[in-house]
Parts: sequence; structure tokens; C-alpha cells
Amino acid sequence: MTRPAAAGRVQAERGDPTITPAAVWQALEEIPDPEIPVVSIVELGVVANVAVLGRQVQVDFTPTFMGCPALDTMVRAIREQVAALGGEADVRVRHDDSWSTDRISPAGREKLRAAGFAPPAPRSDGTPTLLQLERGPFRCPYCGSGDTRLENLFGPTPCRSIRYCRACRQPFEQFKTI
Amino acid sequence: MSAQGRSRADLLLELADDELVLGWRNSEWTGIAPFLEEDVAFSSIAQNEIGHARALYELAAPELGLTADELAFDRTPEEYRCAPLVELRRLEWARTIARHWLYETADAVRLEALKASDDPELAGIAAKMDREELYHRMHAEMWLDRLLGSDEGRAKLEEALEELWPYALGVLDDELRPAYRRRVEERLGRSLPDVEPVPRGRHESELSDLLAEMTMVRRSDPGAEW
Repeated sequence: MTRPAAAGRVQAERGDPTITPAAVWQALEEIPDPEIPVVSIVELGVVANVAVLGRQVQVDFTPTFMGCPALDTMVRAIREQVAALGGEADVRVRHDDSWSTDRISPAGREKLRAAGFAPPAPRSDGTPTLLQLERGPFRCPYCGSGDTRLENLFGPTPCRSIRYCRACRQPFEQFKTI
Repeated sequence: MSAQGRSRADLLLELADDELVLGWRNSEWTGIAPFLEEDVAFSSIAQNEIGHARALYELAAPELGLTADELAFDRTPEEYRCAPLVELRRLEWARTIARHWLYETADAVRLEALKASDDPELAGIAAKMDREELYHRMHAEMWLDRLLGSDEGRAKLEEALEELWPYALGVLDDELRPAYRRRVEERLGRSLPDVEPVPRGRHESELSDLLAEMTMVRRSDPGAEW
């Protein structure tokens, strides 16, 4: 991911007809994840690349989970934000292997945790196994305790599992590592 | 896989139809699973599988001059290329778990082969699917252990495996079957019979019923924009 320091929206507001990649990135940062609006789609890491040629803006988009119903909403929002800059978006959905939960930015992870979603374990910890999910020290996002148990590999959306914190006796949603 | 001499679009349709039809079958547990967590699990697995189907249809669609929705909903039952294993209606828990585990294990063997494909799109989509399928496999393995943990569970599971084994072999191409058999036998700690696989292309009567229900709303207003 190449993301220049964003400072570009000002240009559009001044009526400057030039659309810069920085302006596009900044506009995309304003798009919340439709299901977890505390994080933006940029923090989620689904914007793989932005290329600008005049008014044409090519945005490479890498879906998170393939059955996620929020994908169409995200693509629509990208088009709207680019249109607001005076550009025309060509959103290319890439079903390749380039997105993983490691693409969620550090700021995005912290926002998830603060909103009560335990962020995904890094993939560097190894491919997840049932044993690891059952025995591993997954932290409760509310009280920070590692005394939690796996309730369900699956949850309310494809991206989450359900765990239970024995310390504060709360169920919580744990992002799957993929 | 191309060893079987079929086109790329046909291969994509096989994969997509397997995932769509099994996704639909898994969704039949929504609301009626033996306990709430399994309602959630089977519904979520169904959603993943149908998501995979959508992406695969989208990849095949331009080659065939159709849209993903047309591929998913507008074909006749004979035109579907899914394996008969996924067509079976199995509203009995041990048989569902047996099918789930047999399919996910076969799918793992298939995805490993596809990930090594020379076709970057095919290899990429297989790798992306596999990240999610890992959780399906964990779920299937967990249930396999649970059933094997009691005499009654083991007996029911063994009976279902016996019935479904020829269907399970039919999911894969010839060249992948030995690896699949090894994996299944190793996990069960016993050998399985040499049987004739139930071939892809043959359809169970349950498929027509499934498709009739699945396409009911779409057929109620052909050509509508939803």
C-alpha cells in the first residue's frame, strides 16, 4: 500500500480541478465500514491502490470476507466520494489473496478494541488452529483479562468469532485471523 | 485439474455450483439446529460458501457472456455442474456432520491443487477462499471428534460415512482422489471401501426441489431490478 501523507482535499474545496492521489486517499478515509463504523475502509486495509489519470480515478479494492454483504455498500461509497472530488471512479474488485487481517492498520485495531471488538491476532503467530483458539491467551476487549474461552468459531458476521470473558463475565466478539 | 480437459469456465462453474448448493443446504439449519451456537455456525458457513460462489461466478461470467446472477439462478437443473454430494438433503445431524467433514476435507485437497495453478486469478481466488475454509474445517473437525467421542455418535457417524463415501469421492478429479482417501483414512484410523464414485453431472432428485425453491422469488418477476 502506498499512501502519501493526506492533505489533498483542500484542493478540491478551493476549486482546483486537479485530483491528487492524496486527496482521494483522504476522501476514502471518510468512508466508515458499514458494519463497524468506528473504522474506515482505509484503516480496514481494503483499498489496495489508488491511481489518478486526469478525472479518472482507479481504485483497487480487495474485499475482506467474500460473503460480506457490506462489500457493495463500500464500492458504492467509494464511487460517491470520488464523484464528490469531481472525479469518476473505476473500482476494480480484486478477488486475490492480497487482503488479510494483517492489513488492518494499528489505529484501526485500537479503534476496534475500544468499540468492544477484540482485534485479530497477527498472522505471524501462525495459521490459526482449533487448539490455539481454545487454549490461546485471547484478551477481553472490556477488562483486558486473558481468561477467556471460545464460545463459537462463528459469529454475527463472517469476520467474527464469539468468546466469553470469565473475569468480567461478558461475551465479546473476536475478529478472526484470516 | 485441466488434466480432465474441461474449460476454465466449466471448472469455475463446478466450484461455484458446489459452493452455492452446499451453502443453500447449510442454510437449511438456520433456526432449527440442535442449539443456538450451531444456528449461528451453519448460517455463517452458508454465507461464506455463497460468497465464494458469487466470486467464482463473477470470474466465469465474462467468458460465458452472462452475469453472476444469471449463472446462479437461471440455469436448468441439468446445467448445474455440482457434485451430487452437495445436493443431498440431510436434515439429520450425524449425516450433516459427515457430509460437512467429507466435503470440507475434499475441498481442502482441491484448493491446495488450485493454489498451485498457473492461472493467477484461479490461484488467487483459491488462496482467498482457503483462508475462510480453514474455519469450516476446524468446525467440521471439532464435530467429528464430538461424534467419535461416544458409542452412539460413532455408530451414527460411521453409518453416514459409509453411505456418503462414494458421493464424497465424486467431488474430486481422479488424480486428487488418492490424496483425499489417504487424508480421510488417516483421520478415521481405518480404511474405506473401494467403491465407484458418484460422478459429477448426475443429479439427485433433491436438486430440482432445491432449485425450484431457491429461484422462486427471482422467477416471480423475471428481469426485475431488485
